[in-house]
Amino acid sequence: MSQTTIDPRSLRAPPRRPLRLSWSDERVRAIVWQVLVVGVIGAIVWWLWSNTVHNLEVRRIATGFGFLGREAGLPIAESLIEYSPTDTYLRALTVGLLNTLKVAVVGIVLATILGTVIGIARLSKNWLLAKIAAVYVEVIRDLPLLLQLLFWYALLQGLPGPRQALNPVQGVFLSNRGLKLPWIEWQDAHSFALIAFLLGAAGTWLYRRAAIAKRMQDGRPRAVWPVAVGAMLVLPVAVWAALGAPWVVDWPALRGFNFRGGLNMSPEYFALLLGLTLYTAGFIAEIVRAGILAVPGGQWEAAQALGLHPGQVLRQIVLPQALRVIVPPMTSQYLNITKNSSLAVAIGYQDIVSIANTTLNQTGQAIEGIAIIMLVYLTISLSISFFMNWYNARIALVER
Amino acid sequence: MQPFGLSFARALGTVALGLGLVLPGLARAQAPAGAANTFDAVKSRGQLVCGVNTGLAGFAQPDSQGVWRGFDAEYCRAIAAAIFGDATKVRFVPTTAQVRFTALQSGEVDVLSRNTTWTLSRDTSLGLDFAATNFFDGQGFMVKTSLGVKSAKELEGATICVQPGTTTEQNLSDWSRANRIKFTPVVIERLEEIVGAYISGRCDAYTTDVSGLAATRSAQPKPDDHLILPEVISKEPLALGVRQGDARFADVVRWTHFLLLSAEEFGVTQANVDKMANDPRPEVKRMFSKDGGLGPMLGLPELWAVNVVKAVGNYGELFDRTLKPIGIQRGPNALWTTGGLQYSPPFR
Repeated sequence: MSQTTIDPRSLRAPPRRPLRLSWSDERVRAIVWQVLVVGVIGAIVWWLWSNTVHNLEVRRIATGFGFLGREAGLPIAESLIEYSPTDTYLRALTVGLLNTLKVAVVGIVLATILGTVIGIARLSKNWLLAKIAAVYVEVIRDLPLLLQLLFWYALLQGLPGPRQALNPVQGVFLSNRGLKLPWIEWQDAHSFALIAFLLGAAGTWLYRRAAIAKRMQDGRPRAVWPVAVGAMLVLPVAVWAALGAPWVVDWPALRGFNFRGGLNMSPEYFALLLGLTLYTAGFIAEIVRAGILAVPGGQWEAAQALGLHPGQVLRQIVLPQALRVIVPPMTSQYLNITKNSSLAVAIGYQDIVSIANTTLNQTGQAIEGIAIIMLVYLTISLSISFFMNWYNARIALVER
Repeated sequence: MQPFGLSFARALGTVALGLGLVLPGLARAQAPAGAANTFDAVKSRGQLVCGVNTGLAGFAQPDSQGVWRGFDAEYCRAIAAAIFGDATKVRFVPTTAQVRFTALQSGEVDVLSRNTTWTLSRDTSLGLDFAATNFFDGQGFMVKTSLGVKSAKELEGATICVQPGTTTEQNLSDWSRANRIKFTPVVIERLEEIVGAYISGRCDAYTTDVSGLAATRSAQPKPDDHLILPEVISKEPLALGVRQGDARFADVVRWTHFLLLSAEEFGVTQANVDKMANDPRPEVKRMFSKDGGLGPMLGLPELWAVNVVKAVGNYGELFDRTLKPIGIQRGPNALWTTGGLQYSPPFR
């Protein structure tokens, strides 16, 4: 890679010819075709745009995003941030976006765990386990997702009413209003403990990296777990205790028609999460299986010959290689789970599509509403793609 | 690469300019046909396309033969009879609460006869006009009798089923604020699903227009298990919707409705309409005789009034045939002569 070396190809490049305005000139032809293609595409886009604007004008339909600042007046059942119907459409749409993220992110994590377990189970030497995994994958993959969502929702609606709620453990209620769990009353001390935990997790990760680097030098293994326990368990508890150790449990209790207090998981959210997770896990299982099978048998044998035990072989040798096969199709599944969450409309979970639909219906501004939905999904999907592509590049085979 | 960039930009400009001159003509040429003159479009098509509910007993629902039955469906037939003299020249398009306005705006349907509340914001920003209020309604609540609730004021903390994108949804949140009642909404678009959620007990109460509640209640195997609470929390004038800036067609729709009212007022029924051409009362004679001259003023055939009443009957007959069986009383929809709100301007 020395700078003094001259690339011989540049010496062999043909001399630059002046541009002749003739059809026989290859560059002129290329330019003409490109101008034509770009011009036609541009004209189509422009035509669609001007036609839309004109038709909206003729039909006297309001345009623009001014409605975002108006009072929404629509009730939303579950929200991660404070919301009341007197808030603006913008805030209502934000609630919808957060609801979409809530189901997509949790769904991605759960589907990945479940899918990986099932994928490995399908390769198990245990005949029964392998067959159960195979049946699961075949059944789940072959039924339309919408049908599955409606099935789970109908099943959850079949639970008893709040007054006859199932109460397996004290404070836990399962009824057709959802799952109620006791929860602590959140105070500042809890937030600081959470921050301490996150800092501890980051510290543990840094320590582990340093420990591996040192092991590479002197070959001695170092235990990471004492640091992990200290940073991720002892530290947060200490922070919490130092701030007075507040501990008030918010027990759910039946008052009037519904349960008050505690943590609630609505049947709509639960049905959607369950449906998305189980469905996508079926696909992820196959991706994981394919990834593991793509690692040559010789790798297993070689690793075993080095004296590694089976768990180590899977974790240290096989999975890192399988990941290279697994990650790209996995990205598609993560995008699918995000986009499929829009089926929430059918079972009444108020995600971004549901709220944007209501908004466009109340304001009549369909084009703006649809544009918001598309922008949201595009942003989420591109973020996932970006992250997964970065991860894929990181774990890619390093060729030496 | 300078020459390339320059010539590229110039050529692109030329192409764009050329297309820019050609295409606006295309774009402008086709827009008004869909929007401006529905009356001529309907006549030349030979069929009225009518947007109705996806299935609401009493208002619009296909029967076992697939024929649309109900109050709103009959209004579609009445308009077709006025224009063509033939009540069968209608195509029914079922529309959900959410797509109904888009369907009308885009020209997919000519008229919305579909439990649509007339409000100021809809009238001004949705690109539609309301021709006439054919049913005065109000929003109410339905609960299961077993719940033991007698008044909507007792619904504090309840879970309430509601369809999205409706005035119902907004009235509900207004009402809860005004009465300081907290509730949890369950919001599902499809009527079947939302009713299913109420029936299964997912919601304590179901809210929509009282007429809709009555329709749902009557469709249950045991209607007595459900109670419609006495409170009516809103005004819901259900109106026939047409596209904005479509005055001629709006006139036809509006006066078809007034014709049904006047027919009831003057005692003109499906059975006796043929004899009305020689009626001693001048207004009745004007309406139902061949030389009354009112039809052509609307651009309709001379005998349009006879055709309409012969096809669907008068307002009272229509009401008794479609809404009475599901337990809806005339109430505010009685004629003004008997203390109701239904009133027709004179046919003159």
